[in-house]
Amino acid sequence: MKYVVEMLNIRKEFPGVVANDDISLQLKSGEIHALLGENGAGKSTLMSILFGLYTPDRGTIKVRGKKVNITNPNIANELGIGMVHQHFKLVHNFTVTENIILGMEMKKGIVLDTKSAAIKVKELSERYGLNVDPYAKVEDISVGMQQRVEIMKMLYRNAEVLIFDEPTSVLTPQEIRELMGIMRNLIAEGKSIILITHKLKEIKAIADRCTVIRRGKLTGTVDVAFTSEERLAEMMVGRQVSFSVQKEERQPGEVVLDIRNLSVLSSRKVLGLKDVSLQVREGEVLGIAGVDGNGQTELVEAITGMRKAQSGRIFLRGTDITDMSVRERIKAKMAYIPADRHKHGLILDYSIENNMVMKVYYQQPFSSNGLLNSDAIRGYARRVMEQFDVRSGQGPGASARSLSGGNQQKTIVGREIDQNPEVLIAVQPTRGLDVGAIEYIHKRIVEQRDNGKAVLLVSLELDEILNLSDRIAVINGGEIIDIVDADKVTENEVGLMMAGVKRGETA
Amino acid sequence: MKKFLDKSFMTALVAVFLGLVAGAVLMVLIGSNPFSGYLYLFRGGLMTIERVGNTLATATPLILTGLSVAFAFRTGLFNIGAAGQMLIGGLCATAVGLTLVLPKPLLLTVMVAAAILGGAAWGLVPGLLKAKFNVHEVVATIMMNWISYWTVYYVVPAYYKGAYLETESRKIPDAASLKVEWLTDLFGGSYINLGLFLAIVSVIVIAFIIDRTTFGYELKAVGFNRHASEYAGIKANRSIIISMMIAGALAGLGGATFYVGYASNIQIGVLPTQGFDGIAVSLLGGNSPWGVFGAALFFGMLHSGKGFMNAMTRIPPEIADTIIATIIYFSATSILIERNWDKLKKRMGGAK
Repeated sequence: MKYVVEMLNIRKEFPGVVANDDISLQLKSGEIHALLGENGAGKSTLMSILFGLYTPDRGTIKVRGKKVNITNPNIANELGIGMVHQHFKLVHNFTVTENIILGMEMKKGIVLDTKSAAIKVKELSERYGLNVDPYAKVEDISVGMQQRVEIMKMLYRNAEVLIFDEPTSVLTPQEIRELMGIMRNLIAEGKSIILITHKLKEIKAIADRCTVIRRGKLTGTVDVAFTSEERLAEMMVGRQVSFSVQKEERQPGEVVLDIRNLSVLSSRKVLGLKDVSLQVREGEVLGIAGVDGNGQTELVEAITGMRKAQSGRIFLRGTDITDMSVRERIKAKMAYIPADRHKHGLILDYSIENNMVMKVYYQQPFSSNGLLNSDAIRGYARRVMEQFDVRSGQGPGASARSLSGGNQQKTIVGREIDQNPEVLIAVQPTRGLDVGAIEYIHKRIVEQRDNGKAVLLVSLELDEILNLSDRIAVINGGEIIDIVDADKVTENEVGLMMAGVKRGETA
Repeated sequence: MKKFLDKSFMTALVAVFLGLVAGAVLMVLIGSNPFSGYLYLFRGGLMTIERVGNTLATATPLILTGLSVAFAFRTGLFNIGAAGQMLIGGLCATAVGLTLVLPKPLLLTVMVAAAILGGAAWGLVPGLLKAKFNVHEVVATIMMNWISYWTVYYVVPAYYKGAYLETESRKIPDAASLKVEWLTDLFGGSYINLGLFLAIVSVIVIAFIIDRTTFGYELKAVGFNRHASEYAGIKANRSIIISMMIAGALAGLGGATFYVGYASNIQIGVLPTQGFDGIAVSLLGGNSPWGVFGAALFFGMLHSGKGFMNAMTRIPPEIADTIIATIIYFSATSILIERNWDKLKKRMGGAK
């Protein structure tokens, strides 16, 4: 079989790092080729080279057997290489068609000819089974649909090779399944696909071959059909990884966090959370499953005191904390791993040690009479770093910015768990982390549960919810659709509930 | 921290050096000898004990306005309002000095306190606007500059009109001046005054607050990342307001050292340039209190030496201002300097 794209012996160096070291990737025509690697392994650098954003220091790129020099994205486009970005690049108050033709508008004289463009869009939509209304405004359509608009943009530009950058991270399980169907349609129509991902399950489900890179070096290219998930993970991380989280059987105890009829306004001043009641008990992980933007932020921020509750009460160990300040809640032993570690979790320009004491700096022994005690702070930071395996080249005095994503997250997890909290609120605790760090953080969260603490886990990763939770509350449109026992529910059922379908109803 | 200081110190030195080189080029271009130009510039600032005293006196308000800008900057705020805060501080001090009759130590204490409060009030308004309504402090502080400009324009002729001129206030009595006999005598009759000690104490206090206290920890945290600070339970709005008040208070104190120390009355229709020079001082000083101190002394020397240079050579005093401006450019592009410095060090290391 012929190769459409060949990247041979690519090397790219940035000051101080070799991002790609002698990496080769060959894409057969009509295949789905997965590109697998941890964060920072060099996946995006490699794809940016193919897309013309970087020029390689060494190596050759061939498209359809011909050697090419891709110096900017326009050349990539002309060669029929298109990229579906992880964060969509769409104009929200434009229609689907307007977005698709943006940059290559058809004209009738000086007037924009959207009509014939819309017809072409409709044609494409039917041909690939994309089901997109050309006249819908982007702000009115679902995230999955927006992604299809992005795909359509590529098709409209006659792309033959499509690069998907982590395409499933924003989708529900059903939408993921639809996307896979679309990808198969594309292949059937003769396109070729490179799929950048770190989700092994998806690779197994859809990819033909898989190229794995680790720390800028090629680990190998394998046939997916003959390679197990465990083997893929091992190739990616460089050691064996366990997927299942070991959990002891545990009988949940008393109620720790009690949320009663909570309603919260969203940033747009409409009710983002409507009359929600939840209870989290000792020795239990309650998972909140849901698609992003369905009230999780409002729920978590109301519990942690970052946002006012519109109505309803929140109790922690029987004490009404609804009107308490953030600091009072922290003192009441509420720990919180926030979803955005750069915005909320860390002060990146502060040292690691200063970040470690972010919530306790004003207490003994870290300060007395308003004076910081730097020895105590450093000693404490050292201990937590050791305990939670935070690796910093320059010790606790280095800035938090200098840490890798995984170590930044471990810093936060360490800080929060070391408070010995009554309740731990963990939001997307492993977002963007590699398999090794995920495994570690999951272990520490389950450990909290095993020690009889209450854990509220909010995650967009359904696997994470299913693996860690004892009970699952599914949230949709600001309401709790249902609360179910984790071992009595299938992924499919949860997925349907995430889309707003209650159990017993037909989809 | 020490590494950071070293680096910004080197950057400042390079910026100063490049500024001086640029000044030399200009002197050559207008047909003067840069060596004698610089000789007279430095001699003008340092030649006699009196001139040293004047250099210190010129530097005093710069230390405080520089400290004001630097402190605000360290807490994530850009204080363009040091000029207005300084002016209002000066007005408050002058008003007290012309009104109350008290023994000198007591009177000076009340005057200085009034200047600090006035400046703090001028910082409070932008702080409140920022915290409550998210009004950008650059806009608010610039508006406050003009409010203090027109306040002085109205208050001085109405209540403290000078003996001969409508456009300035009466001279303050000796008892109300920060100049004291022993200090003036010590420095051969220069303008030096107690303000210098107030400035040094301020530098020490601010350095201590920023680096050693939980209060400074909070202010800096809010400056670096307001969201994370709120997450950690720090009251970010309160921090912003207090930061602006402290910045205003420092500049207000600077106003006292200028209007009732260096000078002895207050003019209408002038926003003090020291307020804006404070931004340059802070920049060159790498926003650290002791860096500000050094930068202010250097600028003070250039300012007080330029007259002598002009008198002894044909070089216009504006050259000194040009040098200052050039230094500011080089400090502002300090990242370039730092990068080249790193490269140079690497190459030297490689050669060994």
